[in-house]
Amino acid sequence: MSDLFLTILLTLDATLRVSTPLVLAAMAGLFAERSGVVDIGLEGKMLASAFAAASVAAVVGSPWAGLGAAIIASCSLAMLHGFASITHRGDQIVSGVAINILVAGLTIILGLAWFQQAGLTPALDNDSRFLSITLPFAEQLAFIPVLGPIYKELISGHTILVYLAFAFVPMVWWVVYRTRFGLRLRAVGENPTAVDTAGLSVVKLRYKALIIGGVLCGIAGAYLSTAHNAQFTRDMTAGQGYIALAALIFGKWRPLTVMLACLLFGFLDALAVRLQGVVISGIGEIPVQFIEATPYLLTVILLAGFIGRAIPPKAAGKAYLKER
Amino acid sequence: MKRDNRIVWINRLLLPLLNILTAFAVTAVLFWIIDVNPMEAAEVLLYGAFGYEEGIGYTIYYATNFIFTGLAVAVAFHAGLFNIGGEGQAYVGGLGAGLAILMLDPTLGAWVFIPASIIGALIFGGLWALIPAYLQAYRGSHIVITTIMFNFLAASFMVYLMVHVLRDTGQMTPQSELFPTNSWMPFMHDVAAGLGYSIEASPLNLSILLALVCAVLVWFFLWQTRWGFAIRATGKNGSAALYAGINPKHIIIVVMCISGALAGLVSINELVGYQHRLIMDFHLGYGFGGIAVALMGRNHPLGIILAALLFGTLYQGGAELAFEMSNISRDIVVVMQGLVILFCGALDYMYRPWLIRHLAPVPKQEELSGVAI
Repeated sequence: MSDLFLTILLTLDATLRVSTPLVLAAMAGLFAERSGVVDIGLEGKMLASAFAAASVAAVVGSPWAGLGAAIIASCSLAMLHGFASITHRGDQIVSGVAINILVAGLTIILGLAWFQQAGLTPALDNDSRFLSITLPFAEQLAFIPVLGPIYKELISGHTILVYLAFAFVPMVWWVVYRTRFGLRLRAVGENPTAVDTAGLSVVKLRYKALIIGGVLCGIAGAYLSTAHNAQFTRDMTAGQGYIALAALIFGKWRPLTVMLACLLFGFLDALAVRLQGVVISGIGEIPVQFIEATPYLLTVILLAGFIGRAIPPKAAGKAYLKER
Repeated sequence: MKRDNRIVWINRLLLPLLNILTAFAVTAVLFWIIDVNPMEAAEVLLYGAFGYEEGIGYTIYYATNFIFTGLAVAVAFHAGLFNIGGEGQAYVGGLGAGLAILMLDPTLGAWVFIPASIIGALIFGGLWALIPAYLQAYRGSHIVITTIMFNFLAASFMVYLMVHVLRDTGQMTPQSELFPTNSWMPFMHDVAAGLGYSIEASPLNLSILLALVCAVLVWFFLWQTRWGFAIRATGKNGSAALYAGINPKHIIIVVMCISGALAGLVSINELVGYQHRLIMDFHLGYGFGGIAVALMGRNHPLGIILAALLFGTLYQGGAELAFEMSNISRDIVVVMQGLVILFCGALDYMYRPWLIRHLAPVPKQEELSGVAI
């Protein structure tokens, strides 16, 4: 029994770790899409910031410098996306795809030029990466049945970025639903003409949303290469930006439900790792690929309206042309 | 020249040219940043792609894939749809081609195998696009998101099949057994030898002819048939097409099936033409590359063939570059694809206002003949 309990705890613990970048990226996507800009480029921004964080952390020796570089890299790409799709009213999806492909190649070319290793950055020592934090009294309280191990294994022992990511969720909720900026943000994604008529700049609001998204995506990338791992590796996001996008849809563009979707997808990922090669009595071995495919399948089914309905912000995907 | 004509020239020639030049210029800056002389790199690249027969063979072989995926993306673009799922459709198309070959009696002749594998690739690739198309047409889900999801679903599905079902026992890597020799798409060097010419061996095979035929068929279909007209009308103005009695749902279904089927044909060149077995990840990068090819080729079959040739050159030349220079790898091609998609796609009209202002300025008030811009 206690073995099973511990296994469940460790799986949930892994869930938190793998959900963190998803939560951050999905929140980034939430700002962009709520403002009416579709953000396929989450994947690319994450990958670029993972590379920037690992490179700068390796050279400077500080994870915080890496984090700063990650945010700068991600925000620059967000501005490129804005320049193409807001200023020049180019296709938002084409622009996002361009960013993803560009970054996939660029990280490898620059890695090769700077570190002489194709698609790798030097391994980081403990001083130049984010380490797990043991929360106070984790050891002392471990003897308490049920709650003790939960505190020790599940809640304690993560890097600061994990706590930061989950702290962001209520903040995002508050910004989107309880502030003037949030009201305008939602309005510009639903009906930009009304916002424009009210004398607010659609362009400025959308750029602001992209900047916030850029910062969040930057943290997500830095988490991947300087907290969850200690190195940048080729294509290390491996589709997590797209999973975050799926979670954003699955959570219907609302911060708390999006977080839950991220946790669900993260849990499936953790489960797939744990079930690898395990034979369950009566069922047999569950193919890992099936569990891996579940997030995508769920999103497709949801989008098709078979379970509930996912309705995107009305103006998402359309460039705003101010009448002259 | 009249102002209207000048605007046409700006849109059709000057703008695309400037966009491509910008993409090249940014690449040159990147070369300079990583301390590689761009001219020297271009020389190595061109030699690799065209300097010797085998290199030329490889260049055209890669271009073949890009023609298929470029056409696939372009057909969808003409209906106003963005098929980002070429990767998945090419992968699943490979399953169709592979199954067609592996399930037939191995003693049959090439005249059975090759059409069967082509039909298999067409059907499987088309079906993989049909589901997102149906969901977009009848359930209202967005085709871009669904096709992205289908890329990942295809990857998981194929890994499962390759590892658990189709794996050749005796092999460490997940790959199917070798296709029977009769089913191979003939190599160009074998065909040339049969005709009395001698050229160096390369993976180039007769699939290039299939690609060119597809390009002609796509042109004919889009510009010479009633269906093609309906597709282009829907893409240009959906509501006008609807009022003209064109059913947009049918258009979505037809266009996506054609698009997926074309992407599926990548497997004919890769698997039936060269690898001769079902392998993992043979499709990687071609689906996304097709987006760059279609945008650069302005969605016209002729443009697509030229753009595909350019990317084939970059692919093959890039391999030579990686071989010759230690501080660069073939991924430079991926960077260029990204830049082309950025400048020829998302930033397509960046220079337009500037060009119009300088080359075709609005006539002064008194000269206006009453026609607005």
